[in-house]
Amino acid sequence: MRRYVPKDDVQKKAYYTDRYWVAPQVPKAKVSSDSVFAEDLKAIEAKFKVLDAYIQVEQMVVYIQPEDNFGVLELMKKELEYTQLSEMSAVDFLSQRGEFDIFYQMLSMSKRKRIRVKCAIKKDEAIESVEKLFRSADWSEREMYDMFGIKVNNHPFFKRILMPDDWEGHPLLKTYPLHGDEFAAWYEVDKIFGKEARDIIGPEIRDDAAVDRYDTKRFARLGHEVPFGAEIPEGEPAVKTEYQEDDGVFLIERFEKESSTVITDRDR
Amino acid sequence: MQVKNRLRPFFENINFDRKDNELILNFGPQHPSAHGQLRLMLHLQQEQVVKAHPDIGYLHRGMEKMAENMIYNEFMPTTDRMDYIASSSNNYGFALAVEKLIGLEVPRRAKVIRMMLLEINRLISHLFWLATTALDIGAMTVFLYAFREREYLMDLMEDYCGARLTHSAIRIGGVPLDIPDNFIPDLKKFLDKLPQNIKDYEDLLDTNRIWQMRMEEVGVIPTEMALSWGCTGPMLRASGVAWDIRKEEPYELYDEVDFDIPVSDKCDNYARYKLYMMEMRESAKILYQVMDMYADTSTELMAHAPQYISAPKLDIMTQNYSLMQHFVLVTQGMRPPVGEVYVATESPKGELGYYINSQGGPYPYRLKLRAPSFWHTGVLTDLLPGHYIPDVVAIIGTTNIVFGEVDR
Repeated sequence: MRRYVPKDDVQKKAYYTDRYWVAPQVPKAKVSSDSVFAEDLKAIEAKFKVLDAYIQVEQMVVYIQPEDNFGVLELMKKELEYTQLSEMSAVDFLSQRGEFDIFYQMLSMSKRKRIRVKCAIKKDEAIESVEKLFRSADWSEREMYDMFGIKVNNHPFFKRILMPDDWEGHPLLKTYPLHGDEFAAWYEVDKIFGKEARDIIGPEIRDDAAVDRYDTKRFARLGHEVPFGAEIPEGEPAVKTEYQEDDGVFLIERFEKESSTVITDRDR
Repeated sequence: MQVKNRLRPFFENINFDRKDNELILNFGPQHPSAHGQLRLMLHLQQEQVVKAHPDIGYLHRGMEKMAENMIYNEFMPTTDRMDYIASSSNNYGFALAVEKLIGLEVPRRAKVIRMMLLEINRLISHLFWLATTALDIGAMTVFLYAFREREYLMDLMEDYCGARLTHSAIRIGGVPLDIPDNFIPDLKKFLDKLPQNIKDYEDLLDTNRIWQMRMEEVGVIPTEMALSWGCTGPMLRASGVAWDIRKEEPYELYDEVDFDIPVSDKCDNYARYKLYMMEMRESAKILYQVMDMYADTSTELMAHAPQYISAPKLDIMTQNYSLMQHFVLVTQGMRPPVGEVYVATESPKGELGYYINSQGGPYPYRLKLRAPSFWHTGVLTDLLPGHYIPDVVAIIGTTNIVFGEVDR
């Protein structure tokens, strides 16, 4: 029987995991343990619903509702002095709970603090753009769309950024295949000649590094030069491996130790 | 309107409608001063840019995707290929992020060596920046001088780890090797000459009329724009914000060394040039102090954490349990705890951040690379309009973008 491969997460899996192994957790601290974070959280909680908040690895993580993202970031920028959006992107949890986690990594230079604002959105939901607050979101939201297919509302120039415009699929989804599309080799053959011509034409060679060593028409044959279009199914003529002095390869001379200089100190 | 068509590339289907005197100039992706694969769509009125669209992705290799299917140690050489001008900084950022995730403390000697490598990489990167930018603007001499000095530092890196460009010189939990015997004397020899070298560059450039005309009052990034676009590093400091992660959120031994953060409020190309020169002097200052620290450290190079880090080679070759641990760590990989971490370090270009989301498996569940050059390219959208075509080249030069990092 063929091995079962889950369709919702085709990424590489650990080939062995102890069945009794329980993964440890990165320790989380209460927000009240840091006075600056506690005050920031109080200011956010006063206006918006906070689903969860804790401190992990010196940074506060705040979970909010996805529709509040613009409001929370606006509050943080204008009142709490979080002046820079260092990074934002998403994490694909579709196979576990049908959601994306979106995170906004905020930096306050005056307080020397970093907060990660997180929210979860369902598969086909869109999120509001924060480009009006932070111009850097212009590009990171485009990248998020490019990589995950998450739509962003009210973005000024919403298109792919890293992948080509006509690309199909979103590469960082866990459902995205790692080894390409196995049917892609037939796309153009089917489209141009029809499916019935598959046997005659054969699959398209999509490996751009593929070289047919006996094809004397399309590939350079360095060291084995033969006339264009020559038939060489038996293989190519023998290659010279001798030095020039022994009637071998032109310009490949024997190494003479006496006449060469060895540099020991690079004279720094 | 672009018509999707599998048989022809889509860009052949673009219609250019001429409405006014606006000319669309396609700059790159193979332009010699595009510093890699930058493509700029410039809308021009005569010689003046009215709209700019940076187009990136020509060097996209999907590193974040690769990371999700690699064990943590396997990903280290891939980080080299981000900012390939200063690859140890990338190695370091990743190593630090994983160390924070699993809560490791690195031995002091490893910290000292890491500091040396980081500052050497900063010097390499800044010299490379100076060389290429000067070349873009036409100063061939500076290019040759700066490359000469960079060559010495590359030789030093080669002495340490055997590689000149893609070092992979830092491991999760420490460093792989101790420094060779002649490393510190060689480095000292170089540093003693460095101030004179920097002065030479400055003598050539500082009051050079062409240099001043191309640099002063060109490419002005107001503080607000720099903050909003997520600019960091010299780009932000030249816009009047004194923010250096080495100083503000110190990692390794940066809190024990004495150095200054050069800041300028001129916001233009010239300010950035001056900052790079001053930062090179500060790096030399740090290196002198770090070299003195090396002598009082014990010989340990890797943290002791058998669950995550292989034992030293001697133990692996002599003790059965160490060999078993090593075998499991190499074949299956370490499994950090469940959690997430964002760690920012000051790379030569700016804030280099690694966001790692671990679900307890041997592969990172999600790894986001926050590369400074990505936003330094983005800022061109707002920065270029109003400038003239020759300024575009000078501005791209001073943003110091590296496309391995922009496209990842």
